[in-house]
Amino acid sequence: MPWPLLVPALAGLAFLVLPLAGLLVRAPWGTLPQRLTEPRVLEALRLSLVTATVATALCLLLGVPLAWLLARTALPGRRLVRALVTVPLVLPPVVGGVALLLVLGRRGLVGQWLYDAFGVSLPFTTTGVVLAEAFVAMPFLVIAVEGALRAADQRYEEAAATLGASRWTVFRRVTLPMVAPGVLAGAVLCWARALGEFGATITFAGNFPGRTQTMPLAVYLALETDPDAAIVLSLALLAVSVIILAALRDRWVGTA
Amino acid sequence: MLGRLFLAAALASVLSLAACGSSSDAPASGSGAATSLTVFAAASLTESFTELGRQFESTHSGTKVTFNFGSSATLAQQITQGAPADVFAAASPATMKTVTDAGLASSPTVFVKNTLQIAVPKDNPAKVESLTDLTGPRVKVALCAEQVPCGAAAAKALDAAGLKVTPVTLEQDVKATLTKVRLGEVDAALVYRTDVIASGGEVTGIDFPEVRQAVNDYPIAALTTAPAPDLAKRFVDLVLSRQGGDVLTKAGFQAP
Repeated sequence: MPWPLLVPALAGLAFLVLPLAGLLVRAPWGTLPQRLTEPRVLEALRLSLVTATVATALCLLLGVPLAWLLARTALPGRRLVRALVTVPLVLPPVVGGVALLLVLGRRGLVGQWLYDAFGVSLPFTTTGVVLAEAFVAMPFLVIAVEGALRAADQRYEEAAATLGASRWTVFRRVTLPMVAPGVLAGAVLCWARALGEFGATITFAGNFPGRTQTMPLAVYLALETDPDAAIVLSLALLAVSVIILAALRDRWVGTA
Repeated sequence: MLGRLFLAAALASVLSLAACGSSSDAPASGSGAATSLTVFAAASLTESFTELGRQFESTHSGTKVTFNFGSSATLAQQITQGAPADVFAAASPATMKTVTDAGLASSPTVFVKNTLQIAVPKDNPAKVESLTDLTGPRVKVALCAEQVPCGAAAAKALDAAGLKVTPVTLEQDVKATLTKVRLGEVDAALVYRTDVIASGGEVTGIDFPEVRQAVNDYPIAALTTAPAPDLAKRFVDLVLSRQGGDVLTKAGFQAP
């Protein structure tokens, strides 16, 4: 094996793995079980899992059609649309949170209308957490699904169309089953990103235990006074991510 | 924003140097070499310390003062984890104690006191006039998290008043709490008097009698591990001087 590749590869691996090892080494193993079952930890964990899952569902609902639009139609200005879709990928999440506040806040462009008409105010609610997570995570899904759509053989769709299937039927019965692994891969990425979301969430949804305090927020605030608690929370988050990724590994690796 | 402030500060120092010429109150700095001073300060000190930094730079030619403003609890953690700071100014003795306990600073001096005010948006949509009004079921309140000094002070004040307030969010520092009021996303928040003044009329401050139960002492100390111990001591001296006191009083702080 050529060493100019091997050495940086091992350094890269160490760089990624060592911080995780640090968490394991510094973890207060003795008090771990009792710390993990504290109500506030379970509450944050439950909230994180629920919001990340709902956010992923929302991303699937909106993101798959968006990916289809980008991959299968001659939309005018499609490159611009794709660029806009990927903006949240490069945007610092805090900026995303500020933007969400300015649009969906009680005094925001759309939010003030929602508030006046329906009395709905999204910031500081669990719905707000879901929106913040979906905003940051959706591009991951769209890009993955668009890639899968482009790689899929369009002749099957054309064949179905010549046999009289409508575009909706073709999408549902031919396209979607064909790109299902890609959609799953995108959904996993999207879910993982939503689970770890911090900046947009704390900015748009605030921080309140049981309502908007997800695991990353709990880790951040625990770090201020009780680093051991922060380590425990981090370990829990890490364990959940690893378990989910491992459970989905076969399909995931098969398509990535 | 901060960048622009620094630019303004740098420009101002150049101009004031040019103006002083060779008069007797010329720069006190002996070395003349470009050096830098890093000050970690509580978020509530943002405006007054930026001004003091500007003054310090104008009397110490070639010195660049860099600030890290944030919640005192976060800053204390960063310092104990080895962040390269010269001076630490905290918003509570408790957060300073984290640093002195770690042996990183000795004999901090209390340089100002700060009290809380109720901050409401200019149009005061929930008609908040007293601390009791914060308990209203339809009043959206933002507080600082209890881990950070402004949150600890708010909890003390509410305890003293015998009130139970259910906030919509517990923010990570006082500036984040104030921002939620500025944007009109909450109806009221408990922040420092100095933050209300610093908002330049964007929010209205309301005094309340229980505030006497929640006065925060602000300690400052040069750190024992300071990369620039000499400058650190001089900056602390400036903060403790009458000149420093004037800037701080103008910002709404009280003499200790």
